[in-house]
Amino acid sequence: MEIKKTAMDGTLESSDIQITVSKGTNGVNIDLTSDVKERFGDDIIATIKKVASDFQLDNVNIKAVDQGALDCVIKARAITAIQRALGNSEEPAWEAL
Amino acid sequence: MENKLGRVLPETLMEKLNLKPFETTVIGHPIVQRTAPKVRVSNGDDKVTNDLKKIVQDNVKDGMTISFHHHFRNGDFVFNQVMKIIMDLGIKNLTLAPSSLTGAMNDVAIEAIKNGTVTNITTSGMRGSLGEEVSHGILKDSVIFRSHGGRARAIEEGDIKIDVAFLGVPNADRCGNANGMYGEEAFGSLGYALMDANYADKVVLLTDNLVDYPNTPAPINQTMVDYVVEVDKVGDPDKIGSGATRFTTDPKNLKIANLVSDVITNSSYFKEGFSFQTGSGGAALAVTRYLRKAMIEQNIHASFGLGGITKPMVDLLEEGLINKLMDVQDFDKAAAQSMKDNKNQQEISASWYADPDNKGAMVDQLDVAILSALEIDTDFNVNVLTGADGMIRGAVGGHQDAGTAKLTIICAPLVRGRIPSVVKSVGTAVTPGDSIDVLVTERGIAVNPNRPELIDQLKNVPGIDLCTIDELAEKAEKIVGKEEPLKFDDNTVGIVEYRDGTVIDTIKQVKD
Amino acid sequence: MAFKKDRLRRTMMFVPGNNAGMIKDAGIYGADSIMFDLEDSVSLAEKDSARNLVYEALTTVDYGDAELVVRTNGLDTDFFEADVKAMVKAGIDVIRIPKTENADMVKEMENLVVAAEKEFGIPVGTTHLMAAIESAEGVLNVPEIAKSSDRMIGVALSAEDYTTDMQTHRYPNGKELEFARNMIINAARAADIAAFDTVYTDVDNTQGLIDETEYIHELGYDGKSVINPRQIPVIDKVFEPSKEAIKNAQNVIAAIERAHQAGSGVIAMNGQMVDRPVVMRAERVMKLAQASGLVDKEGHYIGK
Repeated sequence: MEIKKTAMDGTLESSDIQITVSKGTNGVNIDLTSDVKERFGDDIIATIKKVASDFQLDNVNIKAVDQGALDCVIKARAITAIQRALGNSEEPAWEAL
Repeated sequence: MENKLGRVLPETLMEKLNLKPFETTVIGHPIVQRTAPKVRVSNGDDKVTNDLKKIVQDNVKDGMTISFHHHFRNGDFVFNQVMKIIMDLGIKNLTLAPSSLTGAMNDVAIEAIKNGTVTNITTSGMRGSLGEEVSHGILKDSVIFRSHGGRARAIEEGDIKIDVAFLGVPNADRCGNANGMYGEEAFGSLGYALMDANYADKVVLLTDNLVDYPNTPAPINQTMVDYVVEVDKVGDPDKIGSGATRFTTDPKNLKIANLVSDVITNSSYFKEGFSFQTGSGGAALAVTRYLRKAMIEQNIHASFGLGGITKPMVDLLEEGLINKLMDVQDFDKAAAQSMKDNKNQQEISASWYADPDNKGAMVDQLDVAILSALEIDTDFNVNVLTGADGMIRGAVGGHQDAGTAKLTIICAPLVRGRIPSVVKSVGTAVTPGDSIDVLVTERGIAVNPNRPELIDQLKNVPGIDLCTIDELAEKAEKIVGKEEPLKFDDNTVGIVEYRDGTVIDTIKQVKD
Repeated sequence: MAFKKDRLRRTMMFVPGNNAGMIKDAGIYGADSIMFDLEDSVSLAEKDSARNLVYEALTTVDYGDAELVVRTNGLDTDFFEADVKAMVKAGIDVIRIPKTENADMVKEMENLVVAAEKEFGIPVGTTHLMAAIESAEGVLNVPEIAKSSDRMIGVALSAEDYTTDMQTHRYPNGKELEFARNMIINAARAADIAAFDTVYTDVDNTQGLIDETEYIHELGYDGKSVINPRQIPVIDKVFEPSKEAIKNAQNVIAAIERAHQAGSGVIAMNGQMVDRPVVMRAERVMKLAQASGLVDKEGHYIGK
């Protein structure tokens, strides 16, 4: 799948994560900022990668600013941001949920 | 080398500093020798000056130990004024021994460490940039962290030998009679500073409010003081403390506070004449509100409230629900004001409050302590010093000391953001699990298995969901996932003493 | 998730569907029902975001014994179908239909729910419904709404929209809601489903909340909607049964036990026959007593 535009989901409030998805040319790149990076950084990146692969994205840049979000929040925000970037957020992405 | 908690301690460092590993919370009846300060004899007429630089120059020498108190908290102007002069004079290799370090001191402290002015620190805690720098190893030697009671003990027994104490006060007369209650920067109790005033070889008061002789009340009096230095300002009143500490409205903290109150009121300790201390955290503080209700309903009065005092405690005193407040520091202006106005609010020193090597400290008489925690592990060991990233961001404070209460309750949310509070093993053990009786979280309450009678008292209480602490740790992990272990360098940046001076844990340098 | 038709519903806590922090902690306050909102608390631009977030939370977070409810967007919006499908797939206990005006709206929702259950391989009938009554039309039609589907578990008054529709506003004495409240509780009881009162919006006025809750408790309501977790213990307290009521209920239950052991179909207490409504009331009192922590696990009274 091809990213059409830059799109974002989530907030900078505590327990949330803000994920911005934009066009990439060189694989799946994830730039993570998080206060819990030392303890959960690998988990957070793996969760976002899994969602990107569910959408069959080969080239994408993802910026994630985490405020201590739980895994389910990270997944939800990643799905919504990617769907918005793909321009198909009206219908839930059943393959990724 | 391992101590009784199974914390691995660096052998060479322990030997070099002649430190012993933590064994037990039981103090017993050892015979100890107290030290006494040197006294430069004076009739009192030569103490007042406005030349702080000269005082520093004449009294502070390379390699000395200097101290400060932290009663001005984030509104402190004293530490920075003195340290800048010391740096200008090129004095090196000092040991810094303040009662604690607050955010207002961070920048100057870091500068003084980096240029070699300060090479050793002993403190209750540190936060923010200083905590991060120290965690990254800017000091060659390890910081020694002590509780308020532990510092009092160390000073009395000579483990900390203060050469010069620089003590800011909101008022003083020309001979050095001073208190913390009057003046623009009044903060109430001088509890921690009284140790320095009594045991430092040289005591330098700094004040912006010189009053008529003789000044009373005088918890610090002229027999202890060498110099009274007039300065422009000793602090910023707005940053010393809020007007009145407000109760949290956060529903999670309120839920925890309500549960803590349920634990107390259903325990055998809730009876006429009981005593209690609350920490200053959101949930711990709110316990007072629920406790008040139960005290009125069941017509129960407390004989005393102890420790750091806040407006909610003062309200209980004024309502006649508490007979006495034993006050080592005041967290808000209302509490400071009350110490001045209410004879039942008694100023106490850190030694009277919590020194373990005493002929009896107030914490030894304490029934209930409500304390917070950054982390608690399945052995009930508590960490109040280092964060989930391994960085120093807290203070031992009175945690170990109040932990000797007959019923010590830790209240903490099970998870904060994605950080679990209940874990298999704490990053830094500060208060030993033997001291902790109950853990209250919003998702369950665990009683230390070595307190079976408490389990009996609580197991049938409606709303109290008893579980094991292992179950709580599992619950937390289920919510946040499995934490990756932190990576540390071998360098020891901090040594945490138990209140008796043995080593309960060490803090390693964080790896980038 | 733990759906039970006949359960306590003293409090239904509103949780904004796009608030990650509140969704995480919604389970800790002891609400009988938790209502995730995809409608009014979520801006138009964030409807997709809230739907995905609530979906992920429902499928991963442990909310204990609470009944889980979702308020979807209205039948007349673009989001409604996607909301319903996603929530059915997530296995929600109850869908709350906003602005319900008549039985046809319930039917329309039911058809969509059936289709979604089939599409996602969920046993047909799993997802339940409740109707929010928010208009004069809705109040007048509440008897047919309450009986419109086997899936209906309750009707709820939503006073903000209703008073606007009635060209009035909220008053402290609640007289403007008298007719609606009576219609709703009667319709609910006639249909044997639950009745929920509206939210009390002044969260700092505890006495006002107590007064209003006592009033709707007297009317016979099951409970109230809640906008702040701090209101939950206050409402639960009003619903606590009295010591006498508990003793009486215990006697009734003992009488049932005696009759059961004697193999008799007739239950007698103090020489009087105990009929079915009395038995049901006793069972409900005991359930409330347990939830209020007034009896221990064996049913002994431990209140003060």
